[in-house]
Amino acid sequence: MILGVSIYEILSLTTILFFIGIYGFFTRKNLISVLMSIELILNATVINFVVINKYMFPEKLEGAIFGIFIIAVAAAETALAIAIIINLYRQITSVEVDDTTTLKY
Amino acid sequence: MSFSSLLIMRHEMLLLVLILLLIAGEIFIPKHKKSSLVHLAIFLFGIHTAVGFLPADTETLFGGSFRTNDMIHLFKNILNVGVLILLLQSADWITDKLIGAEKGTEFFILLFSSLLGMYFMISAGDFLMFYIGLELSTLPVAALVAFDAGKRKSSEAGVKMILSAALASGISLFGISLLYAATGSIYFDVMAISMTSSSLSILGFVLFFAGLGFKISLAPFHFWTADVYEGAPIPVASFLSVISKGAAVFILLILMFTVMRPLIDAWQNMLYAIAILTMTIGNIFALRQKNMKRFLAYSSIAQAGFILLGLIAGTQLGASSIIYFVLIYIFSNLAVFGVVQAISNKTGLEHMDDYNGFYRTNPMLSLIMLLGLFSLAGIPPAAGFFGKFFLYTAAASEGYYLLVFLAVVNVTISLYYYLIVLRAMFIRTNDHPIPYFKNSLYMRLGLALTVIGILAIGMYSPIYEYIHSISSLLN
Repeated sequence: MILGVSIYEILSLTTILFFIGIYGFFTRKNLISVLMSIELILNATVINFVVINKYMFPEKLEGAIFGIFIIAVAAAETALAIAIIINLYRQITSVEVDDTTTLKY
Repeated sequence: MSFSSLLIMRHEMLLLVLILLLIAGEIFIPKHKKSSLVHLAIFLFGIHTAVGFLPADTETLFGGSFRTNDMIHLFKNILNVGVLILLLQSADWITDKLIGAEKGTEFFILLFSSLLGMYFMISAGDFLMFYIGLELSTLPVAALVAFDAGKRKSSEAGVKMILSAALASGISLFGISLLYAATGSIYFDVMAISMTSSSLSILGFVLFFAGLGFKISLAPFHFWTADVYEGAPIPVASFLSVISKGAAVFILLILMFTVMRPLIDAWQNMLYAIAILTMTIGNIFALRQKNMKRFLAYSSIAQAGFILLGLIAGTQLGASSIIYFVLIYIFSNLAVFGVVQAISNKTGLEHMDDYNGFYRTNPMLSLIMLLGLFSLAGIPPAAGFFGKFFLYTAAASEGYYLLVFLAVVNVTISLYYYLIVLRAMFIRTNDHPIPYFKNSLYMRLGLALTVIGILAIGMYSPIYEYIHSISSLLN
């Protein structure tokens, strides 16, 4: 619990973070930035879990543990995504979204 | 917890042992004998599939995170049979393309890891296990899609797959966190009791649905499908469209019928719209495809729309018809993908016009393609007819007549584009048709199994009766 901060304020923050992530995913032109937007979404979720656990159901630790697992899996996901992006970069020497349009329609 | 309780996780344990054995094989088998790894992997997986059919107990482990019963065992067995057929069909491709590049073992390990993730996803008793299973089943497949490291298309498909998968799982997780706020638990059993139809839980459910909708490639989340299927190697595209989709349908079925049951009024309306959209979009886009892989991608989107017909009914009949349909879908789609792969292995051709006059040179393969496509379209002698028929019955018995009518219209459209392929093969003539070729033993075995499956499942009614009796475990 943080003194003087209610759950509504924190949940508003995470919701804003979440939608910034969604917006970034659809508008960024660089694959790495797209990946960063996804990280924003995941981090919003982690805060959500921890805060809901702490403020609403403090008797069990389910939410906090879920948060730890999300962080771990997100790291694996990012590593794999970067590996694949580097693999693409080797062939087209670009990480721009506009250059990945061989497969279309 | 004792040793015997680990035997409950028999499927997972055996598959893990199999993965470790393959790693040992990669280390100890000398370089010029690496092709024996393919035989080893297929042989071991065959044993694993056979052992899976032994009867199992109903049990929960790890304080309710992992649960198993007869129905979940059936799901795992269905997936096992699918993967076995897939391995048999792709044995040639692995031997030719991967063993030389020293990537054969990686392929098996990634494929089996993904299957392991699906086991955990299906057996999950809480959302944490479900999430880990979902990620474990998605991430290796993304690596597999980008497996043709030298090809631009493959890397591009890999990027598209991993980024959309990450977005879908992120949105899904946000939904799970809202569901957690609404119910105070992440355990399915507890959530099913304390779930009420409030705005918060409905918002959470809608966001959560996006993640699974992505895996099943339902209409608003289907954009990755065609691109990824086209860029991926054919065995991987086949895995995505058959096994990965099947596993996601199974867990969606379990969740909708148990945890989300209190929200049924909300999700029936939602599924109504999604089902119509998915069927129509899949069919209309399939009409104009000339590349076989893209064509099959849109056809599999359309098929996913039909699966929702059983889900929307929300009854035991709906559940059993979904399981039955997925079983048939696995066999029919593997038959079609098997033929496409056999042709692509020998000639490298994937375009529909290349198939002109194929029946005159390779009648057997053409007939298997005919059977597979008839089963997908739902023409009576093939099992697909019965699968679709039960889905319609389930939806109509709950009063969704308009939806069933639209589904029938869509089946008619789908019949048209399935027949385009058959017209190319049987009626059109070609000055330079694909010459006759003989398939290897593995490929022939894989195709024969699909043919037996398509014919037997439709004719032999005890299979449906068994599925129907077992699906009562859901309620």
